[in-house]
Amino acid sequence: MSLTNEQIQQALITKFGEAVFNFEETYGMLCFEAAKENNLKVLQYLQDDPELSFNFLTDLCAVNYPDNKGKELAVVYHLHNLRKNVRIRFKIFTSIDQPDVFTASKMFSAADWMERETFDFYGVNFVGHHNLKRILNVDEMDYFPLRKEYPLEDQTRIDKDDAMFGRG
Amino acid sequence: MNEHITLPEGSIEKHTTTLNVGPTHPATHGVFQNIMELDGERVVSTEQTVGYIHRAFEKLAERRNLYQITPITDRLNYCSSPINNMGWHLTCEKLLGVKTPKRVDYLRIIIMELARISDHLICNSIVGVDTGAYTGFLYVMQYRELIYEIYEEVCGSRLTTNIGRIGGFERNFTNTAFKKLEKFLKEYPKVLKEFENLFTRNRIFMDRTIATGAISAERALNYGFTGPNLRAAGVDYDVRVHSPYSSYEDFTFDIPVGKTGDNYDRFLVRNQEMWQSLHIIEQAYRKVQDFRGAEADVFHANVPEYYLPKKEDVYTKMEALIWHFKIIMGEVDMPKGEVYHSVEGGNGELGFYLISDGGRTPFRLHFRRPSFIYYQAYPELIKGGMLSDAIVTMSSLNLIAGELDA
Repeated sequence: MSLTNEQIQQALITKFGEAVFNFEETYGMLCFEAAKENNLKVLQYLQDDPELSFNFLTDLCAVNYPDNKGKELAVVYHLHNLRKNVRIRFKIFTSIDQPDVFTASKMFSAADWMERETFDFYGVNFVGHHNLKRILNVDEMDYFPLRKEYPLEDQTRIDKDDAMFGRG
Repeated sequence: MNEHITLPEGSIEKHTTTLNVGPTHPATHGVFQNIMELDGERVVSTEQTVGYIHRAFEKLAERRNLYQITPITDRLNYCSSPINNMGWHLTCEKLLGVKTPKRVDYLRIIIMELARISDHLICNSIVGVDTGAYTGFLYVMQYRELIYEIYEEVCGSRLTTNIGRIGGFERNFTNTAFKKLEKFLKEYPKVLKEFENLFTRNRIFMDRTIATGAISAERALNYGFTGPNLRAAGVDYDVRVHSPYSSYEDFTFDIPVGKTGDNYDRFLVRNQEMWQSLHIIEQAYRKVQDFRGAEADVFHANVPEYYLPKKEDVYTKMEALIWHFKIIMGEVDMPKGEVYHSVEGGNGELGFYLISDGGRTPFRLHFRRPSFIYYQAYPELIKGGMLSDAIVTMSSLNLIAGELDA
């Protein structure tokens, strides 16, 4: 028995009503949003409902939209129902000043490091995570490098000493 | 023993030993550090440290054009770079809505399956090395060499291949490439059989690998396992079958699955997959040979905005010169959109989450790196086992530091 995007959308709207919104289908994948307070409720429902049973967390990452005032950071979950082979994308937005989001690591062991990585690069504070510390960057780092406020080095800069870089 | 040592007042006698394995230890085959707590030779707990070769690929990608990101993907799982390259091209093609000709798809499948064989070959022979059998590793290396020669013939490089372009390949496969492929198809089955004879029913190998590093299907799914590691635990999830890309739906092949998810099952699953890959390559090669007329020379789709024109044309034709200039100067805007695409990499589902805001470079690119996700399970896999089994488990997970640290 297959599961269509319309059925998923209908099930979510029946359960959560106005709390889930902005449904869209991009390249065949259903994508929707919820308020950040509700992320665990939605994830739990998606996992527990026998029809939906999205019990595989494919990916978790963050995106920084600096112009999106009050909702600068997005946390994106990619979920997969392996039995019926349907993928969905679920997003929550949070402000960059108070980036507190409930952790999904209690539900998915896979989320443990993915959340640490997200914290490491975007500073999303996953509330309830048992070991939220930097993972790929050094512990002493005091900024979140993948945020858009940190631009890459200017490729045309000329103030570098070439001898130090094996050139010239 | 402790009667000769006077411990300071109030100190607690420690019964376990702390051992630092890595980050540059010959047994770990890559930059992995583990701080292990040992009780004798048994592992009580371990904490992994990752990130030693982090190169900020996701940030770098935010300033590069699509075609400049392909060399970055080489450096993820460098044992099977072509799969990463193809995965990236397929992601771009999905975003841009490019439809590739069938011949391109089949040629890609040949390359991807060769890459899968070389990836599994390394992993399995290294498991052999860690259990004390060096012969298998040295023996199969010369056949991985044959695969690398095919890459070399197609794209000019061997390890970090940067193979293919958006829409197809940079040049057609030469006759030499097909000759080399035929040679490989002819010689490799015998070698693989011998390799299996060396290990599969080898008493020492079985004793070392059976029931070590085991994980249940349920835990494996919860940990986000994919690829051979998940299949060894008994879940028949394979991206090639579940969400076919590059015309995998035109091929018949089996998904080998294991039962216990231990090191032995992972070894067997990888071996079986190599047979299946061979089977797929044979089918693909036959299909490629069946093309007639103009179709037999097609090696890329018609996407002038993203596919660099031939150099002869650039020097002689106006149109080609314009496109060449626009591509090199990065003056082509991408369509706006968000796309997730995944391929079955050498060690699991390799996903690309690409967000484009309509600019010339990705707004955000995230790599779903399978080994980053399943390495989390390592402490659970080795807990209570012997230290020497922990080393085998690490190899048998097919961890690649380049992919782990991105």
